[in-house]
Amino acid sequence: MYFESIAKIVSERTGCDIAVVKPESKFSELGIDSLDTVELLMNLEDELGIEIELDQKVETIDDLDKFIQSKQG
Amino acid sequence: MLRGKVAVVTGGSRGIGAAAAKKLASMGADVAVIYAGRAEAAESVCEKCRELGVQAQSYKCDVADFAAVKDTVAQIKADFKTVHILVNNAGITRDGLIAMMKEEDFDAVLDTNLKGAFNMIRHITGVFIRNKEGCIINITSVAGIMGNAGQCNYAASKAGLIGLTKSVAKELAPKGIRCNAVAPGFIATEMTGEQADNPLLKMIPMGKMGETEDVADAVAYLAAAKYVTGEILRVDGGIAM
Repeated sequence: MYFESIAKIVSERTGCDIAVVKPESKFSELGIDSLDTVELLMNLEDELGIEIELDQKVETIDDLDKFIQSKQG
Repeated sequence: MLRGKVAVVTGGSRGIGAAAAKKLASMGADVAVIYAGRAEAAESVCEKCRELGVQAQSYKCDVADFAAVKDTVAQIKADFKTVHILVNNAGITRDGLIAMMKEEDFDAVLDTNLKGAFNMIRHITGVFIRNKEGCIINITSVAGIMGNAGQCNYAASKAGLIGLTKSVAKELAPKGIRCNAVAPGFIATEMTGEQADNPLLKMIPMGKMGETEDVADAVAYLAAAKYVTGEILRVDGGIAM
């Protein structure tokens, strides 16, 4: 649901080609540490106009996508 | 020096918190004063800050209450738009010998002094990360460094604050967020009460109690010291060196 938005922000942050970012990509493999994911989520909040509190660790793009969906549900 | 910055001070209605709020205001920071019970005293501190030409607002909140802190921080964000400086000063004492200390007295001191600081940092850090800057100043105590008979709960909470300070400093440094602590010794406040005949006063190399403004000066230094993080700055007349 939010994959495209997440991939876009990850690509902007890391400078990697957006095509490289897959749902199963781990943040660590993309050069994003766990604290960076908190910051990334804030960028997403601004972009999507929603408010989400990250209270668990997410490893992959898909984890984050599902997490946001669960909070929006 | 701090013009355009927003500072949140807990336990800001009196003592060290009130002195810190007024000092930060004198440096140009807008101030949100959090208090537990004394609305009039907190409002009086805000009034003095406003006289210095800054915005100031008081908020009633029990910092030991995770959900209440979340709501209060949200309100401060709504009122001030952002936060740059957090001073965790709120603290209580329930002194007693450990052999006789009630469980609730241990818990109450840990909940306010240590968990209260966690609650504040937990809910404000998001703002700091978003801003890519932030400054946290925890008010600990020399009791947390030296220990103090009759204050096992208080000393444990203050020692815990030192561990919290250093861990948060390491964790958030990459995001441009600093975390330091001030460790006051004997400071003349309502909390320390009448201490004129306390034998410990003779152990202070400088031979006298400190004033709340002395601690506020250290807070001001740490608020502006942009390359200092993880530091525990004693303001104690030399007692814990």
